[in-house]
Amino acid sequence: MSSEDRSSEMSEDEERPPSSDPAAGVGGVKPPRSPSTVHGGDLPCSYISPNPDQVLENVLENVLCFLTSRRDRNAASLVCRSWYRAEALTRSDLFIGNCYAVSPGRVINRFKRVNSVAIKGKPRFADFSLLPADWGANFTPWVNSMAGAYRGLDKVYRGLEKVYLKRMSVADEDLAVLAHSFPNFKELVLVCCDGFGTNGLAIVASECRKIRVLDLIESELVEDEVDWISCFPQNGTCLESLIFDCVDSPINFEALERLVVKSPSLKKLRLNRQVTIVQLYRLIVRAPQLTHLGTGSFGPGEIVAQGEQEPDYVSAFAACKSLVCLSGFREINAHYLPAIVPVCANLTSLNLSYATISTEQLKSFIYHCHKLQTLWVLDSVCDEGLQAVAATCKDLHELRVFPIDPREDVEGPVSEVGLLAISEGCRKLQSILYFCQRMTNAAVVAMSKNCPDLVVFRLCIMGRHRPDHLTGEPMDEGFGAIVKNCKKLTRLAVSGLLTDKAFSYIGQYGKLVRTLSVAFAGDGDMSLKYLVEGCPNLQKLEIRDSPFGDLGLLAGLHHYYNMRFLWMSSCRVTRAGCSRIARQLPRLVVEVISSDDDGEGRDIGDYDDIEGRDVGDLVGTLYMYRSLDGPRADAPRFVNIL
Amino acid sequence: MEMGKAANYENELATELRLGLLGTDHHEPEKQSFPSSLVIKSNKRSSSEMDYNSSDKCDQDSAPPPKAQVVGWPPVRCYRRNALQQQKKTESDVSGMYVKVSMDGAPYLRKIDLRVYKNYPELLKALEVMFKCTIGVYSEREGYNGSDYAPTYEDKDGDWMLVGDVPWNMFVSSCRRLRIMKESEAKGLGCL
Repeated sequence: MSSEDRSSEMSEDEERPPSSDPAAGVGGVKPPRSPSTVHGGDLPCSYISPNPDQVLENVLENVLCFLTSRRDRNAASLVCRSWYRAEALTRSDLFIGNCYAVSPGRVINRFKRVNSVAIKGKPRFADFSLLPADWGANFTPWVNSMAGAYRGLDKVYRGLEKVYLKRMSVADEDLAVLAHSFPNFKELVLVCCDGFGTNGLAIVASECRKIRVLDLIESELVEDEVDWISCFPQNGTCLESLIFDCVDSPINFEALERLVVKSPSLKKLRLNRQVTIVQLYRLIVRAPQLTHLGTGSFGPGEIVAQGEQEPDYVSAFAACKSLVCLSGFREINAHYLPAIVPVCANLTSLNLSYATISTEQLKSFIYHCHKLQTLWVLDSVCDEGLQAVAATCKDLHELRVFPIDPREDVEGPVSEVGLLAISEGCRKLQSILYFCQRMTNAAVVAMSKNCPDLVVFRLCIMGRHRPDHLTGEPMDEGFGAIVKNCKKLTRLAVSGLLTDKAFSYIGQYGKLVRTLSVAFAGDGDMSLKYLVEGCPNLQKLEIRDSPFGDLGLLAGLHHYYNMRFLWMSSCRVTRAGCSRIARQLPRLVVEVISSDDDGEGRDIGDYDDIEGRDVGDLVGTLYMYRSLDGPRADAPRFVNIL
Repeated sequence: MEMGKAANYENELATELRLGLLGTDHHEPEKQSFPSSLVIKSNKRSSSEMDYNSSDKCDQDSAPPPKAQVVGWPPVRCYRRNALQQQKKTESDVSGMYVKVSMDGAPYLRKIDLRVYKNYPELLKALEVMFKCTIGVYSEREGYNGSDYAPTYEDKDGDWMLVGDVPWNMFVSSCRRLRIMKESEAKGLGCL
C-alpha cells in the first residue's frame, strides 16, 4: 500500500467483502498466478463459464502484472472497483513509507499476494537524537500479521521473500518469526534499525535456507556476542550479499572464511572493523568474483614485526577484476592504500567516509578513478582533495563530504573552494551532501548553473546562522539559485543564515521539491507559509529550531493530506495550534512531545511572544502524518496524540 | 572567567556543566542545552552572534571558546559520530598526539607531539624552550604562582584546566590543546 493513496476515496471500497459482488465470480475463477486464497468462501466452487466481466478481470490481472511502479499501480487502482481488486491481487511489492499510516491488518486484507515488503518507521530526525528512545516503529505487529499469527490462519504471506526495513525497531523474536514463517525467505535488509542482536542473526543464518541477501546497514545491535557466522549451513549457501559492517562484535574468522568459500554466488561482502587487513587478504583471494567489497579495518591490528612477510595485497586486489564498489577503511593505516590502486580504474562507487585521509593520500589513487560515480569522503581531504576529484571524476553523480570533526566552532578543512571546484569539474552531478564551516553564495550559485542535473542538494554549514563568509549576506541567494536553476530538484536541505526570502524562493521555484530539511532558519511564519503554499509536491518537511508558529502551520491545512509527514521541533507552534489542525483534519495523526518530559515548567529562554499567548503552551516536538487507521495504540507515555 | 570548576575537579571528574566562555567578553554565556533543546536566539540573528563571528578573526591568540553544543547538530548520525570517535581513539594510539600550543602575546601557534614526553617536567621544559618563557614549578595548592606564565589545556569536555592537576597519562589522553596564559589571568584556575 502506498502512502500516496487518496485515503478518503478508498476506505469504503476496502470494507466491502468481495463475495457480495456477483460480477466478481470469485469462487469459480483462478487468477493468473498461484492458486488463489479463499476470499468470500460462500460461493459454490463448481466451474461456471466465465462471464465477460470476469474475462476482462483476468485480462486485467495479466496486464497489471507488468506494472511495477507503485505510482502507476496507485493510479490504476483508482480507476474503478474492478481495477482496484485486480491491482490488489497482482501487487507483489509493498512499500509502506510510514509504518503508522496504515495498520498491518488493513494491508494484508487488501493485498493478498505479496512477496516483498518495505517499511519505514521513525522520522529521519530520530537519527540525530531528537526523538526519545522507545518512540515506536516496532516491526512486531507487522511480522506477526504477515505470518498469520493473529488470525490463526495459515501463513498469510506464505510467499514472502524480501523484507526491507528502515528506522524500525526489530526484536530478535521478530527475526525468529520471519525465519520460521516464510520458507522462501531470501532477502533481509535492515537500515538504521535497532532492537535486535547477534542472537536474531543466528536464527536467520541457521533457518533461512534460501537466504541470498543479509544486509545490515548502520544499525545498532544489542550487545550480545553470539557466533552467528557459524550458524550458516556448513555445506554451502546461496548468499549473494552479506553486509555486516555495523555489527560491532568480534566474529569467528575461520567460520567466515569457510562461509565465503562455500558461497560461490557471493558478490557483495562488507566486513566489520574487527576484520584486519591480513584476514581481508585471505577472504578476497578466495572470492575474486566480488563486485562490492567493504574492508574491515584497513590495517594489521597489531604491529607487524620488521621483516615479517606481508601478503601481496596489490595482487590480491588486482585479481578482483569485477570490483566496482569499495568501502570500509575503518582505522585506516595509509601505508596500505596503494593496494587499492589496481582496482581504481573500474570503481564506480567509493566510500571513504570512515577514513581520515589527507589530501596527499587521496591524490595517491584518485587520479585513477575515472569511472567513479559515487564518492563519499571525509573533509580531511580538504579543498585541494576535492579539486583532485573534480579533475578526474567526470562521471560523478553523487558526492558526500562528511566532517571529521562535527562541531560548530572549529576550523573546517573544506569550504566554498571545494564546492566550486566540484561544480566545475563534475557537471553530471545529481546528488550532493556537503558539510562545511564556511560557504559563499557565489559558489552555490555557480553550482546551480554548472550542475543542472541536480536532484538532491544538501548543504550543511555547520555553524548556526552563518552568513556568506565573504560578503556577510544571508545565504538566500545561493539557495534561491539552486531551486531556480536546478529544474529536477526533488530534495533540498538548507543551512546558514537564511531569511524569509530564501523560503519565498523555494516556494516560488521549488515545484518538484518533495523533501525539505530546515534548521535554524527563517524569520517567522511567512517562511513556512511560502513553503506550504508554494510547493505542491512537498511530501516530507522536517524543521527544527526555527521561528515558525501557528500561523505558518495553519497555512498548510489544504496540503497536509498530501504529505507523508511534517516534523517541527523547537519551533514556535503551540498546543492550541496543533489541536486546531487535529480537529480540522481528522485523518491526520498529530503527535506532540513536550520539550520537557517531567511536566515541570519549561525554561523559556528569551522568546518574544508576539501572539500574546502563554509561552508555556509551546510544543517541543510536533510530528504529524496522515493515517488510515487513526492514532496508534502503542504510543509511549511521552507522546500526546491530539 | 569562571573559577569554580577547577576547584571541584578533584571530586567530579566528568562534570556536565559547561562554563562561561574565555576570551570574548561581549558574548552572553550560552545556556546549557537540554535533550529537546530550545535554541536561544534562533529567531534573533542578534548582533552578538555576528560579533562573535568577527571576533573569531581578531582574537587568534586566545583560543575562541566553543558554543554550547546543541543536540543533534550538526546533523551527523549517531552511528557515524560514534564510529569516528572510536577511530580517533585508536588512531591516537598509533600515531602521535599532536596538539596546538598557543601563548598569550605570541603571533602564531605551535604544535607538539605529547607522546614524545614522559612526564610533566619534560613537557614544561620543552614549552619553556619553545616559547622562551619561564613557567616555573607546579604546586597543587598554588598552581604556577610566582612565574610569568601558567600552562593550561583544553580537555575533552571543552573545559580549560591547569596543566599538572591530573596524572600524566590522563592528561595526555584528554588534552586537546594547550594555552600558555599570563600568570595574572591564570590565577583563578589554580586556587580554591
